[in-house]
Amino acid sequence: MIKIEGVTKSFGRQVVLRGVDLEVPDGSITVIIGRSGGGKTVFLRHMIGLLRPDSGRILLDDVDLTQLRGRALDAVRDRYGVVFQGGALFDSLTCAENVAFPLREKTRLTREQIAERVALGLERVGLGDVKDKYPAEVSGGMRKRVAIARALATEPAIVFFDEPTTGLDPILVNTIHHLILELHRRLRFTAVMVSHEIPEIFQIADSVAMLHEGRIVEVGPAAAIQASPNPIVQRFIRGEPESGSAR
Amino acid sequence: MAEAPLAAPLVPFAALGQWAIGIVLALGRFGTFLLLAVATIVSPPFKVRAFVDRIDYIGFRSLLIILLTGGFTGMVLGLQVYFTLSRFGSEAFLGPAVALSLIRELGPVLSALMVTGRAGSALTAELGIMRITEQIDALTVMALNPFRYLVAPSILAGLITFPLMTALFDTVGIFGGYLVGVELLGLSPGTYFGEMQTFVDMRDVMTGFWKSVSFGIIVTWVCTYKGFHVGHGAEGVARATTQAVVLSSVLILVWDYFLGTVLP
Repeated sequence: MIKIEGVTKSFGRQVVLRGVDLEVPDGSITVIIGRSGGGKTVFLRHMIGLLRPDSGRILLDDVDLTQLRGRALDAVRDRYGVVFQGGALFDSLTCAENVAFPLREKTRLTREQIAERVALGLERVGLGDVKDKYPAEVSGGMRKRVAIARALATEPAIVFFDEPTTGLDPILVNTIHHLILELHRRLRFTAVMVSHEIPEIFQIADSVAMLHEGRIVEVGPAAAIQASPNPIVQRFIRGEPESGSAR
Repeated sequence: MAEAPLAAPLVPFAALGQWAIGIVLALGRFGTFLLLAVATIVSPPFKVRAFVDRIDYIGFRSLLIILLTGGFTGMVLGLQVYFTLSRFGSEAFLGPAVALSLIRELGPVLSALMVTGRAGSALTAELGIMRITEQIDALTVMALNPFRYLVAPSILAGLITFPLMTALFDTVGIFGGYLVGVELLGLSPGTYFGEMQTFVDMRDVMTGFWKSVSFGIIVTWVCTYKGFHVGHGAEGVARATTQAVVLSSVLILVWDYFLGTVLP
């Protein structure tokens, strides 16, 4: 279980997180929703150890990540897979080489075993035929799927998705969501996803947390969040601008 | 408790203090960056493939520009030095004059400036784009040290390729001087090379060598640092690239003067 307790973060005078508390149960899909620029990605970057909080704790199986450095932190990251917003595929490598990269660098698998795992990984995301293409030669949706294949290559226990459907058309958004759901059912990883795809996200989330002005204002099962009486949550779900905000 | 506001006359001093602290912090980060890179270079696992790739990127792909600038620098030197020496009736010293200028000074400096323009700027832009597209973060969250893949191989490649490119620049430059001095202006080939053998010794070669080694470190250090700590978006990459080229060029000239006063 990932347990976040009272995480705060400021950049200069700008306060981004004001004491975030959240629990992510093992094997679940937890989706963090909230307005753009609301600190969702900053929060996710704390969980994967790319940012350190000003205060608060991030516990993974009772180990506080905020206190870890160097190899101890790397040992935790070995259990992670991360799908970045833009995919973060290495430009100089082909799609297959991108998927093979963590296997080549972090495991003792033979070349043949890696090739087998790469073929399986790309097949799993429906991209058996793009392995020799470079990321710049494939579409945005394909890049996201290659990024998912790369994140899952080492069979991590926890996978973080940072807005995996940003910039995709509605059909591709659904395709990626269902792909994540299907892979989750098959591989049983814990998924933490940052998204603002409403209402599609409610179809795949076990738990939804709404981050608003640096705090989690509501958390619960997808159905409970959809029916929440909290006006902030309802305004966000309906896409209504807040009073006083620019249209 | 909130700090009491400063009295108006003290405000400029506070700003000056903040500026000084900012400079010291930046220098600290800059120095720590090199120390981390060196620590990564000397500790396994060694990324041979990345290193070979950097040798190609910094060294091999700069060959044409080195050959061109080396050749023409030697030709210009041959022409100008010949006319200067002819006023004193000392044309015989053209060979050593061209060789010493190239080996001790112009070879290391000009080849370093050329490689900064060609490979250094590209290195900063490449790392900068990797930073803003989260490719460096991707390495970090894979528990793979980005220094090992991106910084250490570049600095090590700089250390090796700069002296080699300087040697090439010097050689081509000397033949450029030969072309003008001997083939064009009629100096005897024996005089050109004979006097060179008399006046150029190993100390001169070592001076050029140490300069090129240090320039190799300076250029790759500055360029990888600027790329690694790039600002936001395309503008951030553009600014970092410009800063990397300007800072590298200035440091090359400053360090060249410093080494010129220290080395024999």
